[in-house]
Amino acid sequence: MALSRSGSNLLKPISPFFSCAPSILSRSISSSNDSITVETSIPFTAHNCEPPSRSVTTSAAELRSFFRDMALMRRMEIAADSLYKAKLIRGFCHLYDGQEAVAVGMEAAITRKDCIITAYRDHCTFLSRGGNLVEVFAELMGRRAGMSNGKGGSMHFYRKEGGFYGGHGIVGAQVPLGCGLAFAQKYSKDENVTFAMYGDGAANQGQLFEALNIAALWDLPAILVCENNHYGMGTAEWRAAKSPAYYKRGDYVPGLKVDGMDAFAVKQACKFAKEHALKNGPIILEMDTYRYHGHSMSDPGSTYRTRDEISGVRQERDPIERIRKLLLSHEISTETELKDIEKEVRKEVDNAISKAKESEMPDPSELFTNVYVKGFGVEAYGADRKELRATLP
Amino acid sequence: MLRAIRHKNILPAFSAFRAFSSSAKEMTVREALNSALDEEMSADPKVFLMGEEVGEYQGAYKITKGLLDKYGPERVLDTPITEEMALICLLNILQAGFTGIGVGAAYYGLRPVVEFMTFNFSMQAIDHIINSAAKSNYMSAGQISVPIVFRGPNGAAAGVGAQHSQCYAAWYASCPGLKVLSPYSSEDARGLLKAAIRDPDPVVFLENELLYGESFPVSAEVLDSSFCLPIGKAKIEREGKDVTITAFSKMVGYALKAAEILAKEGISAEVINLRSIRPLDRSTINASVRKTNRLVTVEEGFPQHGVGAEICTSVIEESFGYLDAPVERIAGADVPMPYAANLERMAVPQVEDIVRAAKRACYRSVPLAATA
Repeated sequence: MALSRSGSNLLKPISPFFSCAPSILSRSISSSNDSITVETSIPFTAHNCEPPSRSVTTSAAELRSFFRDMALMRRMEIAADSLYKAKLIRGFCHLYDGQEAVAVGMEAAITRKDCIITAYRDHCTFLSRGGNLVEVFAELMGRRAGMSNGKGGSMHFYRKEGGFYGGHGIVGAQVPLGCGLAFAQKYSKDENVTFAMYGDGAANQGQLFEALNIAALWDLPAILVCENNHYGMGTAEWRAAKSPAYYKRGDYVPGLKVDGMDAFAVKQACKFAKEHALKNGPIILEMDTYRYHGHSMSDPGSTYRTRDEISGVRQERDPIERIRKLLLSHEISTETELKDIEKEVRKEVDNAISKAKESEMPDPSELFTNVYVKGFGVEAYGADRKELRATLP
Repeated sequence: MLRAIRHKNILPAFSAFRAFSSSAKEMTVREALNSALDEEMSADPKVFLMGEEVGEYQGAYKITKGLLDKYGPERVLDTPITEEMALICLLNILQAGFTGIGVGAAYYGLRPVVEFMTFNFSMQAIDHIINSAAKSNYMSAGQISVPIVFRGPNGAAAGVGAQHSQCYAAWYASCPGLKVLSPYSSEDARGLLKAAIRDPDPVVFLENELLYGESFPVSAEVLDSSFCLPIGKAKIEREGKDVTITAFSKMVGYALKAAEILAKEGISAEVINLRSIRPLDRSTINASVRKTNRLVTVEEGFPQHGVGAEICTSVIEESFGYLDAPVERIAGADVPMPYAANLERMAVPQVEDIVRAAKRACYRSVPLAATA
């Protein structure tokens, strides 16, 4: 009952790149930096604002980088799947494959001075903010070369220097935190914005509305991004939300519904949102996206949705395939070149995993580091306080 | 004649001393907190205040009085509240949202001071205090530090019932990554709040509503804007040799009164004002018990897994051989706070409870027939 109802909605929008063919063919000569115009898959749907145009300016270089970055993310997540099954990754592991266009499109529209904060499905966002693969795999495997020295794990990736504030395990908590970042940006007169990302499950949380209310009252440069992959763990959106039109849930806060499988739609929406937020305060972006994996590695992802639905989306809306088709139709790359990139990326991931495996587990003394910034020399204790005590610096 | 001259010479000196002591300043805890906030906001533009009614209303307890006028609405932020706010009515609106916003601002490098109307309302936001604030520095291996202060009244007030009377010292102090401070006097209030605001880690600052109006003498040193107390050090409020009494916040006053009563019965009590619940000043406590050999812990909160339980264990672990009597614990009654005045009185420690426990520790439950 549930499955058939949701299946049909998810295959829309069908990616009719054919419909933008006329403008593409007229610009078949392209050097790296010549600008190319592409059309988003579908127009944007707006709530309380004027939507941006469907035409997005890009370049051959950007198209190539979108392809490579998303291919890298895809490969990274699949490799993490294998590592988890090999028991090298423990605990929770939430994979992002299928949703890559959101991370990549967003990054293309903003700077590293803008902030991003998200929940636990954070591997690809970390990468797009300047992280590297070795740090990712080492952290996943709990080794000292991880970006959190092995002490955070899959859900606690951070890259403050890249404007990435984590990596949060408690559903919805990152949204008020993100509004706090936006508050601080406004307070510091930084002219930058914060993207606070959350899922369709978190969209019903009270603290989100509390924070949104304050952000609207105080005109904070906060952009709330709902990555609607249509399932909150195993619960389909229509069973969880009275109104699954998440872009409208801000009521007095404007919103935009975006095809999250189209990196250019994401890029355009984020650019629009940044301009809006700096002038008018908060705005909500709903990214219509999809995850191929289950909620986490403990969830096969097929008990609440059909395999047909999953493969259907993969066929009709895959974000990497969309870029591949654009690269080919614009004659920027050949089939072989793209396959080579994929091989390269696979090798890069394998190398990073080997390197990460060489990294050791954190030193036992790391148990007691970073509890405080300033510990005043107090003592902390291990399980047997007569055996293990340490002074916190 | 000579005597008279000498007397004349001495007299001016005495009156000079009297002049100094009469100009010794007194300050209420409320004024102490207000001046500390003012000075720290003046010294560091990154410090800002957030909470219900802290701005326009001058603070539910007037702690933030005058700061909105001085620093403006960008730095003293009123968070939303409903229309029905009355002078004494306590509301718990929207805690999770604004606490999370405060923590997020601290991630970015600002130094928020978030006020809870009472710490009872912090339970709605406790996820952000523990999971978003306390643990972040550790989880991020030092990348994300959280220089935030959560402050507000803690513990029982008068007649406010079960949901508005809990002491949260033990809950917060059990969490690594947090620092937990609790002032008693105005000197404590000034020095500890300044230290908390300057500290790079998240600090839970537990005040007491009934102490806000109490006056204490403050020296010139305390009044100086650079004054600061160290975190993690207790203060010996009254020296003694027969029994150690530990306390924090309002209970320090009760312990001092108990010590007066005990002194008349020939028991010299040493009163320790903990000031810092986490880190706990175990060395001062243990040194005192090694001197007196007897210990009474006093707190307002629930007894099980309380602050006294931790102190007792610390002493048993470090100074067992020095104890001449079992450790005595005085705490709030193990019941939700009742409303009826007589029951409420029974639910909170009273001075006579502390006296009785101290006497038990000194094996003097029954007064001696003859005292020295």
